[in-house]
Order: sequence, then structure tokens, then C-alpha cells
Amino acid sequence: MKNSRDVWVFVEQDVGGIAPVSLELLSKAQDLARKLGSRVGAILCGHEVVFLAEPVIHHGADVVFLADHPELLTYRTLPYARVVINLVQERKPYIVLLGATPVGRDLAPRIASATNAGLTADCTALEIGDFERRGEKYTDLLYQIRPAFGGNVIATIVNPDMHPQMATVREGVMRMKEPDTQRQGQVVELKPQFEASDLALRVLKREMRLPACDLKHADVIVAGGMGVGSKENFKLIRDLAEVLGGEVGASRAAVDAGFISADHQIGQTGVTTRPRLYIAVGISGAVQHRAGMDQSSKIIAINIDPKAPIFDIAHYKIVGDLNVVVPRMIRAYRDSAK
Amino acid sequence: MTYNCVVLVKQVPDTANITGKAMKDTGTVNRAALPAIFNPEDLNALEMALQVKDRYGGRVTVLSMGPPRAADVLRDSLYRGADEVILLTDRKFAGSDTLATSYALRCAVERIGNFDLIFCGRQAIDGDTAQVGPQVAEKLGLPQITYAETVLSLTREEIVVERALPLGRETVSCVVPCLLTVVGSANQPRPPSVRRAIAHKLAATPLEYGTLLEQWPEFGTEEELDEYLSERGLKIALWSAADLDVDEDRLGLGGSPTKVLKVDYVVLKSADVKTVLENQESISDMMQELVAEYIL
Repeated sequence: MKNSRDVWVFVEQDVGGIAPVSLELLSKAQDLARKLGSRVGAILCGHEVVFLAEPVIHHGADVVFLADHPELLTYRTLPYARVVINLVQERKPYIVLLGATPVGRDLAPRIASATNAGLTADCTALEIGDFERRGEKYTDLLYQIRPAFGGNVIATIVNPDMHPQMATVREGVMRMKEPDTQRQGQVVELKPQFEASDLALRVLKREMRLPACDLKHADVIVAGGMGVGSKENFKLIRDLAEVLGGEVGASRAAVDAGFISADHQIGQTGVTTRPRLYIAVGISGAVQHRAGMDQSSKIIAINIDPKAPIFDIAHYKIVGDLNVVVPRMIRAYRDSAK
Repeated sequence: MTYNCVVLVKQVPDTANITGKAMKDTGTVNRAALPAIFNPEDLNALEMALQVKDRYGGRVTVLSMGPPRAADVLRDSLYRGADEVILLTDRKFAGSDTLATSYALRCAVERIGNFDLIFCGRQAIDGDTAQVGPQVAEKLGLPQITYAETVLSLTREEIVVERALPLGRETVSCVVPCLLTVVGSANQPRPPSVRRAIAHKLAATPLEYGTLLEQWPEFGTEEELDEYLSERGLKIALWSAADLDVDEDRLGLGGSPTKVLKVDYVVLKSADVKTVLENQESISDMMQELVAEYIL
């Protein structure tokens, strides 16, 4: 498998569950590997996680590299980096993908730094394509596509010379395919060994919590901005979301103003969402915000300012007072549901 | 028990406050319209280092790689309490991606040599990659603590740090030396001190001597100015690639594996915008339409 064209995914797991972004990436890796005529490899690290190899294969892996070791029980930079760096140096994959999660963003740069790989953070799309430079042609490179400069531009990055080509990918932007329970794959068990220096960091205490909302997978999102005016008035947003069976989102300005917690933040910093319906209430629509929601199927924008940039991307434009419009939407939906 | 801290900082365009004028009609970024600022989380990193110094004693050295005007963030660092600042500037560094940047920074940190802790901001607002800190740590063979929020304790052997993750908190202990990337919630960076600003008013890199002499001709020649500033610790060290033990192939554009294939200006216009009036009837029509189209 030396200098292969294989596409690898680092599979992130915690307390036995696989991070959804890793499954999304396995789906994407299948598409990329098909175009390259190569295979999908998955790196699975943890302790007593062999049972996760099967779902990883069902979601698209042809080969699972399994590193099972007590020191890998919870994520720590150095032991995980040791496993992945060794494996990448030994097997030389063509592409390595990680979720742009706190773990992925901690681990990916270590791997890239050790293997002299190009790494693009926070990609929102990946494609296979060609590149030409000074008359030299490169075929079948990974196009790493991401918003840049606060969402003002979309940059396409390639790594022509140094491989692997690495990218972290935002959660929720790649579509997860249904698992194929008939799919077969190979499990390669690794025998990780650690030096004392790999164990330089110990986790003394860990308190994780569930997110207050699941924006990444919501079909309907009602999001409020500065125009909502106060923490109390955010009740309007919650009410509409509840009636429509949706989740509550917010702009960065609303989060910074303390109207709502950062779990709800949508945009360049925050969550990227692709709901069926996005209702932007009192959100002016700065590019940073639009970068996190412009792929929504339908957008309703409600703003008192007719010149608000959010209207540029809206399908339904309502210039008016949100305190009047939102209750009317609630009433209209209740009436239509009768 | 004192600690030598190195802080890596970056001057960035203020992308958080982009206005319409920041983009040219051609779709390129009009940097002139964007003020250059101290990367916000790098200020938190500097503050964390200064607090370590306040509590345990030691030295804070601030290092920045960038164009000559990045001396501004180094002066700012002096005003806030840094003991020494170094500007890493060279055309050979131009066009560096995060890998080439981390290589140059590693070489510069190695030249500084005697350090216990390295602090960086979690990420810079112009790229939001959060890559350079961990990449430097890897190249120096150091452990890293990303998302660092609070230093709970510090000894020669070990640092205990609380990490603020988006969905939780972690307390970790780590051997020293190590590298920390610091989040914005870590602290409230101290403002520049008036006393220190006055004391360091003339702090300059040799590249700025010409401008300084135009303002203060009484200093005479560049040599005389250099002597005056050096004696008072006001000369900002300027390191080029030649001052470091580097493999030049690993610097700048040539040392950067990532290449920009293209940049597309984001033109977001929905195909058909329906204007809906504020009255109940129009709103009801819209909602019914959405229900009929299975959107709701």
C-alpha cells in the first residue's frame, strides 16, 4: 500500500459512540475513493472499541486500522498522535480527513507537522480535480474548499507536492449515507507502544455535557439576532421554534450580547447548518453568519431594516417588526395545522 | 522559582469587523480597508504569560512573524508588560502557510532557547485554523494543551491547567516545558500601561529608524539612534532567515504544501425573493405555501 491513493478518515469516538462527523466523512471518503479508484481506510483508536469496527465498515471503510490500548481510553494528543503519525508514515495514504472538532483540530496539525503534509482547516466541501502550475499538470488532487476572510470568499486549496493531503471538515456539512450492513471490510489490529514522553499529559478531571440543541441535524431552525433586543424577548424565538418543531439558533451578536448561550451560535464561528427551513429573525446577515446558513433550502428573513443584507439570500422577505410578525406566524401555523 | 515564557503573537486584519468596503468589486480582499490589529486570543495568551510572571516571577518574551509593520503588536506587548520582543521578518517568510510558519517559529524559539512555557492564542481571526500552535509544539517535541483557560498550579516539573472545550471542561496536568493555546474566555487582557507606553514610546526595529529620525532629527544618524535605543533596551530585535538555523527550502511559499487554486467571491443571491407583507393574511399565505411544499 506504499504511495497508495487511499483515502483515510480518523474516526473519533467517545465513551463507545462514534462522532457523527466521522460517519459523514466515511460517506464522503467513499465518493472520493471511488473517483480515485482506491480504498477507504479508517483509523480507530480507543480502549475496548473493537465492536466499533463493524459500524465503521458499514459506513464506508474498506480497512479499519484498530489501535486498542488502555492509554487510548480517552483522547489525549500525544498517544493518539503517536499512533496516527506512525501509521501515516508507514502506509502513506493519499488523503487524511478529520472532523473539525476540538479533537480533530488538536490532532490534525500534529500529524501534518510531523509528516510535512498540507492541512486545510474547516473545509465545507471536498472534491477531486486537477491543478496546473508553471506548465506542470497534477491530476486527481483533493480540492479543499473552505470559506475564508470571515466568509467573504470561498477558497479552494490544493497540496500538489507533499502528501498526504489533509483536511479537517466541519460537522454537519457532508451528507451521511445510510449504513450498508452487508458491507465487508478488513480489520488491521495495531500494536501501539508508548514511550514515557507520550504520556506527559494526564487528564485529572473531565466534565462533558450534551449540547443544548442539535442545530446540525435540524430540519427547521428559528434564529434570533441583535434585533430581538433582549434575553427575555428571545422567548419569541423559542416559541416559534417550538410550534414549528425546530431548533433555536442565534447570531454571534446575540450570543455576545448574552441573549442566549454559545451552543446556539450559527456561522463562521459556531455551527454550520443546512436545514430545510431557516427563519432569520432580527439578524442583519453579516457574511460570518451567512457562511453558516446560506445552504438552507428555504430562508425567511424578518428585519425592520429593508436594506439588511440577510434579504439578499432570503426566499421570503418580511420587512417589519418581529414582535408583530413572529406571533402572526405562530397563529398562521396553528390555524393551518387545524 | 521563576519561569521563562515565550508568547507567539500575530498581527491580523480585523476580519471580525468587515464592512462592505473590505471587498473590492473584483472579489479580492481590500486589506487597506481592514485595520491591522493584535489577534484577540494572542492578547489572552500574553495576559496568561504575564500572570505567570506576576505570580512566580520570570521573563516574558514575545515573538511575532510578519511584515515590518507587525512591530506595532510588539510595541503593544511592551506597553502591556513584555520584557523582550522579537520581530521575525524576511521576504523569504512571505507566503508561508501554517506548516512553513510553524517551521520558522520553531527555529526562532530554538534560538531564544531557554524557555519553560510557550503560549499562543487558540487561533487567529484571519484564518481560524488553530493549527500553528500544535504544529510548533510537534516540531519542538513538546506536549500541548489546547483550549487552555486557567493555570491552576505550576512547578518546575508540572503545570495543571483547566481547558475550556466547547462542550465541557477538562483539568489536565502536563510536564513542563509545554505549549499552551489560550482561549478568549481565559482572562481580561490588561490594557497597555501609560507608564510603560511612555517608557517604550521610542521602541523600534532598525527598519523603522528612518521614520523615527524624520520625527526626531536630534538623534542624528541611524548609528547614533541605534546606540541610544540599544542602551535603553528599546531596540526591537529583528531576526531574518539568516539569523536562524534554517533550511530555506522549508520557508515561505516554497515550504508551504498548501496552494490556493482559486478564490471565489461569495455572491449570495436567492433566485426569487418573495416579499411578504407584515399583515396576518400575507403571513398566513406564506405559511400555507411552506406547508404545501412540505417545507414545514
